[in-house]
Amino acid sequence: MNEIKILSTTAILGYGFPMASFEAGMAHHPDCIAVDAGSTDPGPYYLGAGVSFTDRFAVKRDLGIMIGAGIEHHIPVLVGSAGGSGAKPHLEWTLDIIREIALEQGLHFRMAVITADFDPKEVLAAHRAGKLKPLHPAPEATEDDILQSTHIVGQMGVEPYLEALKTGADVIVAGRAYDPAVFAALPILKGFDKGLSLHCGKILECAAIASTPGSGSDCMLGTITKDSFILQTLNPIRRCTTLSVSAHTLYEKTDPYVLPGPGGTIDLHDCVFTQLDEQRVEVKGSRFIPSDPYTIKLEAAKVVGYRTVSLAGVRDPFFIQKIDDILAGVTQRVNDNFKTLKDYHLNFKVYGRDGVMGALEPQKTITSHELAIVIDAVAPTQDIANTICSFARSTMLHYGYEGRIATAGNLAFPYSPSDFKVGPVYNFSLYHLLAVSDPVAPFKLSLMTL
Amino acid sequence: MKTKLTSLAKVIRSKNSGPYEITFDVIFKDQSTYEMAVARQLITRSTIAKLYHIPETDVIALVHFKPANAIKATIIRPMASGDIRETDVYGAQQHAPLLDLEFDI
Repeated sequence: MNEIKILSTTAILGYGFPMASFEAGMAHHPDCIAVDAGSTDPGPYYLGAGVSFTDRFAVKRDLGIMIGAGIEHHIPVLVGSAGGSGAKPHLEWTLDIIREIALEQGLHFRMAVITADFDPKEVLAAHRAGKLKPLHPAPEATEDDILQSTHIVGQMGVEPYLEALKTGADVIVAGRAYDPAVFAALPILKGFDKGLSLHCGKILECAAIASTPGSGSDCMLGTITKDSFILQTLNPIRRCTTLSVSAHTLYEKTDPYVLPGPGGTIDLHDCVFTQLDEQRVEVKGSRFIPSDPYTIKLEAAKVVGYRTVSLAGVRDPFFIQKIDDILAGVTQRVNDNFKTLKDYHLNFKVYGRDGVMGALEPQKTITSHELAIVIDAVAPTQDIANTICSFARSTMLHYGYEGRIATAGNLAFPYSPSDFKVGPVYNFSLYHLLAVSDPVAPFKLSLMTL
Repeated sequence: MKTKLTSLAKVIRSKNSGPYEITFDVIFKDQSTYEMAVARQLITRSTIAKLYHIPETDVIALVHFKPANAIKATIIRPMASGDIRETDVYGAQQHAPLLDLEFDI
């Protein structure tokens, strides 16, 4: 076997792809169809609450096309970080969609499922044994952080996928996984270079984002050869250029030359990008440098409170002039009125002042003629959050500030009801590296026939 | 004469690099502009620290990436992504001060 072709359908499962691009990809006779579904970008809520950040109908559309084609052409279909965060409920959500697809399309196939959940008690034991290290600049974890986490997942490397591929499964669905692993597994299984396979996967995981014009909802083809990999667009409106491919290496990374992952790093210092033609760029020189010990990145989230928010606008220039004093005055009234309530957070986001950048905002003067204020209360229970938000809202509405001319009400509410009960709020509670002796053992493989 | 960074670069962006970092990419319009920017040290750890009013030690990486004609800086997030006082979960709108950056060249 001189080369392996991998069809990456979309940047995140559920983001979609044009059917013409998919068919153009299938015309190249790929050896597998793969997609990454995961990200921590949407924040800790989705991992903590066990829900997907992508839409079920959109995920079903993408998977239905991929699985249908995979079965027809006898090539494996691989999904990484199922359901976005890759914990048990996310995996179950994805499997439920696949069962529905199998039933509706009358498909029969073998499916391998790999879990990525870690038992809090085992993580605690590893923590006590000094095998758990925060990934700088994440803070050290406390024992409570570990025990209160609703879901702890680990990013699997290629090794658990290799075991799944060896079973001959038609569809492989993995929980939380290192994004490139789902693309790199088959070439690595067939003996291709690990550095090239993983670097290719690193780019394929975002599909056509690495092309120009970039898109997170279009397909990309990767071909791994003995000493290089080639990226190729499948939509005539897009091109791969040495710049679009190399620039993508910057995206969401700290250092584009050194990309750490499970069991080692991809080193790009000797990488050379060559333009083959309008659609294709060849990359050589990516190297994999194994680490000792093998480490797995753990992610977890825990509940830190319950949120209620209220949204209001302000157009009065005298109010805008006094905004800092007013917010301080309202906060003081709330604190004074509810001295017995503890551990709540009252916070105002002021759009038109520093609502987007907060402490990082260098422009200190307000130049806008109107402001939006989000009154944001987070408290140990939903009832307390409701109380704090409601009281802050009514206090601000009628607050008598210096120089006030409009005495009927200070705020313009776009909605009735004015307050929104958001429910539980999560924080990331683990973003740590765990040293393991076996990269496969923590990830449980099971087989099923549909 | 003052030259704005926006006239030297074709991409200026910010994004999370994991939940605890924000990374800034400045992709220059061509190789010679990139090389000039590197030679003149237009963007350093100190530039970023001053622009965002943060200590230089919070600028945890500053990398010159020749294959993409890019200078990349990464800072410690003011808080972990999604924390109670979060204003930008994806970190995608923290690049704006870079758009105002200008140099004597």
